[in-house]
Amino acid sequence: MQTSAPSDHDELRDALRALCQEFPSDYHREHASKDIYPEDFINALTRDGWLAAMIPEEYGGSGLGLTEASIVMEEINRSGGNAGHCHGQMYNMGTLLRHGSEEQKRAYLPGIASGDLRLQSMAVTEPTTGTDTTKLKTTAMRKGDRYIVNGQKVWISRIQHSDLMILLARTTPLPEVKRKSEGMSIFIVDLKDALGNGMEISPIKNMVGHETNEVFFDNLEIPAENLIGEEGKGFRYILDGLNAERTLIAAECIGDGYWFLERATQYANERIVFDRPIGQNQGVQFPLAKAYVNVEAANLMRFEACRRFDAGEACGAQANMAKLLAADASWEAANACLQTHGGFGFAEEYDIERKFKETRLYQVAPISTNLILSYVAEHILGLPRSF
Amino acid sequence: MKVLVPVKRVVDYNVKIRVKADQTGVETANVKMSMNPFDEIAVEQAVRMKEAGQAEEVIAVSIGPQQAQETIRTALAMGADRGILVQHDGEVEPLAVAKILKAVAEAEGPGVILCGKQAIDDDANQTAQMLSALLGWPQATFVSKLEIGSDEATATREVDGGLETIKVKLPAVCSVDLRLNEPRYASLPNIMKAKKKPIDTKSPADLGVDPAPRLTTVKVAEPPPRQAGVKVADVAELVAKLRDEAKVIG
Ligand SMILES: Cc1cc2nc3c(=O)[nH]c(=O)nc-3n(C[C@H](O)[C@H](O)[C@H](O)COP(=O)(O)OP(=O)(O)OC[C@H]3O[C@@H](n4cnc5c(N)ncnc54)[C@H](O)[C@@H]3O)c2cc1C
Repeated sequence: MQTSAPSDHDELRDALRALCQEFPSDYHREHASKDIYPEDFINALTRDGWLAAMIPEEYGGSGLGLTEASIVMEEINRSGGNAGHCHGQMYNMGTLLRHGSEEQKRAYLPGIASGDLRLQSMAVTEPTTGTDTTKLKTTAMRKGDRYIVNGQKVWISRIQHSDLMILLARTTPLPEVKRKSEGMSIFIVDLKDALGNGMEISPIKNMVGHETNEVFFDNLEIPAENLIGEEGKGFRYILDGLNAERTLIAAECIGDGYWFLERATQYANERIVFDRPIGQNQGVQFPLAKAYVNVEAANLMRFEACRRFDAGEACGAQANMAKLLAADASWEAANACLQTHGGFGFAEEYDIERKFKETRLYQVAPISTNLILSYVAEHILGLPRSF
Repeated sequence: MKVLVPVKRVVDYNVKIRVKADQTGVETANVKMSMNPFDEIAVEQAVRMKEAGQAEEVIAVSIGPQQAQETIRTALAMGADRGILVQHDGEVEPLAVAKILKAVAEAEGPGVILCGKQAIDDDANQTAQMLSALLGWPQATFVSKLEIGSDEATATREVDGGLETIKVKLPAVCSVDLRLNEPRYASLPNIMKAKKKPIDTKSPADLGVDPAPRLTTVKVAEPPPRQAGVKVADVAELVAKLRDEAKVIG
C-alpha cells in the first residue's frame, strides 16, 4: 500500500519486514490467544539491534533518532504484531539517557543495547489516583544509603519480562512541597532483587494480551545510588519523556492503521457477494477510503513530531496531536476493517478481532484521549486550566 | 582469497509488473527496487565463506544507475566489505556486464566470482557463462552446494533430473541457485556499519568497455489474460479435449 512516508528509511524497513515476516500472523495469534509473551519475536528484535536504535553508539546502540525508532514500532504493528510487548524499552531508556548519571548509563545502557538487560517497565499509574499523577501515594523515604518504598501501583506492564523498572514515587509528602509536581523522584528498580523482597505482583488478565500487573510495595529497599537525577524532580523527568512516548505510540497506531487497511482492501477485492466483489460497493469503499485519509494525515503529523524531536525543537504540540490523530485513525480503520469482513472478522483466525482490541487500547493508555485534548486546549489554545 | 559478488538492482519480486503503455519495457518509475534474489544468495555464500575463514574480503559490484548504490549497501549490510559501482544509466546487456566484470576481476584478482544464476527482470541467465569464457576461467553454474578448497572448488549443480557434482580449478566463476542457502536479513548495527564502508564509483569507459546495447527490443507485451477453465465429466472427455482442442497430445 502506498503511504506518505518518506523513502529515506526503506533500507531499515526492508530489513525489519524481513525479520517480522519470520513471525507471521499465526505466531502472534497463538501467543495472544494463550496470553504468552512473544519471547522469540522480542529476542529476534533485540538480537538484531532494533530495540537499541536510540541508544547512543558509545553505549552499544545505533544512535538513531525518534524517526527511526518510531519506524521500528510502526513496522512491528504493521506486520501484525503488537509493539506493546516491547515499546517500554524505547521510552525508558530515554529517561535513563537524559537524566541518569554517567555511572548509571555505563552500568545499564550497554546491557540494554546487547539484550542482556531489559528495561521494559515503568511504574507510574496508581489505583486510587489514576491520571491525577501528582497525587500518587507510593512513597520512597531515604534511610541511610537506601530508600524504603511503600505503596501500590496498577497496570504496570512487562514486569515478568523485564530486568529493570523505572519507579515514580513521592520522596517529599505533598503538603510539604510548594508545587504539586515537586517532591517526586524516579528510581531504577532491579526487579529480580525486588520480587519477594518487599515487592509483590499480581497479574491482571486483560483484553489486549498485555503482561500487566498490580504491584505492591511493602518496605522495598532500593540502594540510594539507584535514584535517577535529583531527588524531587522525578515528575519532570517523566514528563520529559512523554513527547517521545506519544510519538512512538502514534507510530504504532499508524502501523495498525495500515495493517487494517491492507487486510480490508484485500478482503473487499476478493469477497464475492451478489456476484461481485463487496469492494465494488461504495458503501464498503468509502469507510476504508476515509480511514486511509485519516491514517495518512496522522502519519504526516507523526513525521513532523519526529523531525522536531530529532532537531531538538519543541514538539509537545505535534507529539500530542500525532497521538490523538493516529489513535483515532487506527480505531476508525479497525472498525471499517471489521465491518468489511462481516461475520468473518469475528473469527480468531482472521486476526482482526485481536488487532481491533489491541488498537482500542491506544485511546486510553498510555494517555487517554481526553487528556490530550486538555493539553491542546490549555497549553496550545491558552484556555483556563480545568484541573 | 577475495570473493567478487556482482549484484543487480531489479524490480522487487513482490511488485506486480506493469508494461509501459508504449510497449518499450516495463514500468520502473515509482516502483520498489531491490537486490536480485539470486544475488542475495551469492552475497550470503560469500559472507559465509568469510565467516568460515575461507575468504578475506568480499567485494560487491553493481552495474547500473546511481541508485544501484543502495543495492551495494544492502550487500554491505549483509556483510560484504566494500563496493564498486560501475555507473551507467542506460540498459546494459549480459555481454557488456560480463566485459565490465572481467575488467573488475582482472583489477581485483578474486579467487572466485559468485553470481546469481539469473536476474529476475530479464531472466537472461548468460552473464556468468559469458564472464567465464571471457576470463578463460572454469565455470560452475546453478550451484546448490559449494565447497571451497585451497585451489579447487567442489560444486553440486542442479540439472534436469538430478544433481551433478563437479570440481573446478580456482579461480572460477560460479552461478548460484535457489537452494544454496537462505540469505540473512541485515541487523540494525550492520546497516549502520554499511553506511561507513567504502564504495568506489567507476564508469564503463574507465574499464575500457562500451556498454552500448547490441540488441533491439521490438516489443514488450503483457501475457494474454488467463481464460476461464472448463469442467470435464471424465477422463475420456479430458483426453479428447487435450487432443482435439488444446492439441497438446497426439
Ligand atoms: C493494558 C494497559 C497497560 C498499561 N501499562 C502501564 C504501565 O506500564 N505503566 C503505567 O504506569 N501505567 C500503565 N497503564 C495505565 C494507563 O496509563 C492508565 O490506565 C491511563 O493513564 C488512564 O488512567 P486510569 O486508568 O487511572 O484512568 P482515570 O484517570 O481513572 O480516567 C478514567 C477516564 O476518565 C477520563 N478523565 C479523567 N480525568 C479527566 C479530566 N480531568 N477531564 C476529562 N476526562 C478525564 C480519562 O480520560 C479516562 O477516560 C496501562 C494501562 C493499560 C490498560
